[in-house]
Order: sequence, then C-alpha cells, then structure tokens
Amino acid sequence: MYLTRREHFNAAHKLYNPDWSREQNDVVFGKCANENWHGHNFELFVTVKGSPSAETGFVVDAKLLSKIINTYVIELLDHQNLNMDVDFMKGKICSIENLVYGIWNQLLPNMPAGVSLYKIQLVETPRIFVEYFGE
Amino acid sequence: MGEIISVFREEHFNAAHRLNNPSWSDSKNKEVFGKCNLPNYHGHNYILIIKVTGEIDENTGYLIDMKILSDIIKEQILDRFDHKNLNEDVPEFKALNPTAENIAIVVYKLLRPLISELFSLQIRLYETPRNFVEYPAK
Repeated sequence: MYLTRREHFNAAHKLYNPDWSREQNDVVFGKCANENWHGHNFELFVTVKGSPSAETGFVVDAKLLSKIINTYVIELLDHQNLNMDVDFMKGKICSIENLVYGIWNQLLPNMPAGVSLYKIQLVETPRIFVEYFGE
Repeated sequence: MGEIISVFREEHFNAAHRLNNPSWSDSKNKEVFGKCNLPNYHGHNYILIIKVTGEIDENTGYLIDMKILSDIIKEQILDRFDHKNLNEDVPEFKALNPTAENIAIVVYKLLRPLISELFSLQIRLYETPRNFVEYPAK
C-alpha cells in the first residue's frame, strides 16, 4: 500500500547555467533566467510503501512522516532562495528535476522503520510537475 | 436596460519578493515579518482574479470582451510582475512593501484607468491557496 504526505514551501529561484553567456541563458531559459529571481509556491508529495500495522492500522504515522519531511526538506527550502541558500543545490542548475533528486537524497536515509520511499512528486506550478521513483 | 452581471478573469504570475520596512532595525523586521523577511527572497505562484461588474451590452451579449480584458491584464500586470522580483524589478514597489495587500492595490490602480467607468472593478489576489486579499473591500 502507498501512503502520501503533502507539504509545501514558498521559494525563490532562477534557471541559469553559469558556463553560458547571458544571451544563451535568455534564449534557453527565457523569463526563468531573470537574474533577480522569481518564485513559486512549490508543492511536495512524498509517497512511501508499506503494509498497514495490525496494531495501529497505519502504513506509517503521517505526523512522523511530516516531521521527517519538515526536518530534512521543508525547513531547508521554505522561504529560501533555492540557488543561494540550499547546500544540496550548490553547483546545480536549479530546475525542479535537480531539486527533486536532491529532496530524494535528503529523505532516503531518514525513512521511518517499516516503510520504503517510493515516489516524490514536486509541483512547481499547476501545469508543471516532476515525479521521481529513485531510479 | 441590460442585466447587471459580474465577469471574472483569472490570470497568474510567478514572482520573488521579501517583506521589509527599511525604516526599522533588522531585528524588528525579523520579529514582525518572520521568514518573509529572509534576505535572499522567496516566491509565490500568485493567482489574480479580476472582477468586472456592470450592465450587459444587448448588442453583443458581453459585459466586456474578455480577450480585451486579458490583453489589458497581460500588458499592465503580467508583463510587469511575471517571473520578476517584485522588490528589485518593479518600480511601484521600490518604496512600498510588496505584501499581498499592497500588490492588490497596485494592480487596481494600474487597471482602473483602462476599464470603462461604467464598470466597477475588484481585485482578488491569492498569495498562497490559504491567503488571499480583495480590493476594494466590499
């Protein structure tokens, strides 16, 4: 069975490749390359896999899962500048593809007993989101 | 006489901002604005809903041509705010704290002159799904 916890964070970022010229960044990334940043209300869906406990009926205590997500992800990202303030994004292009990979690596070693991390969905806007299954 | 009706146009813009009063100390800004005061900015997917109220034109069946309204919103608001840093890139916020409240008022003032005085105008702005403002207040 899969259980999903939804969280959110509000953050600034820009898409910019420092190895390219300003012009090439503008051509490839368009408005997303604004050097003064732009931002989003990101939504994060963390899905774990497990079996319901006979004692609690839970796959996992959702409050515990929320605490883990907040400790290892949300507190690092919320109201931050993803390019400047987040250690695991340093040296990386700040796309949601790279961000979801970083979030996976933050959560994987910190999963509670009895469940495995199955999927992360990261929503940048209502029309753009990524899913990562750890492959 | 045509019926009185309200029409709504929804748009969105994604922008960075921070909340700060430059006449206050750093500690007071942090105390009042909390995380919203962090120095490297954060951001939102803002949702903007423009409400226009008036009498339906019996010739067209429209209150207002929504394509024209959309073009006005794009030129006056989205081109100014979308994928921008409200504090750094938007002159209207050089000396004005870009709270949702102040953004809604700025949007109203930019649009009001371009929409017929025969129509009333109201702005609803969502900063997050849980926090939104309306201007003018009813």
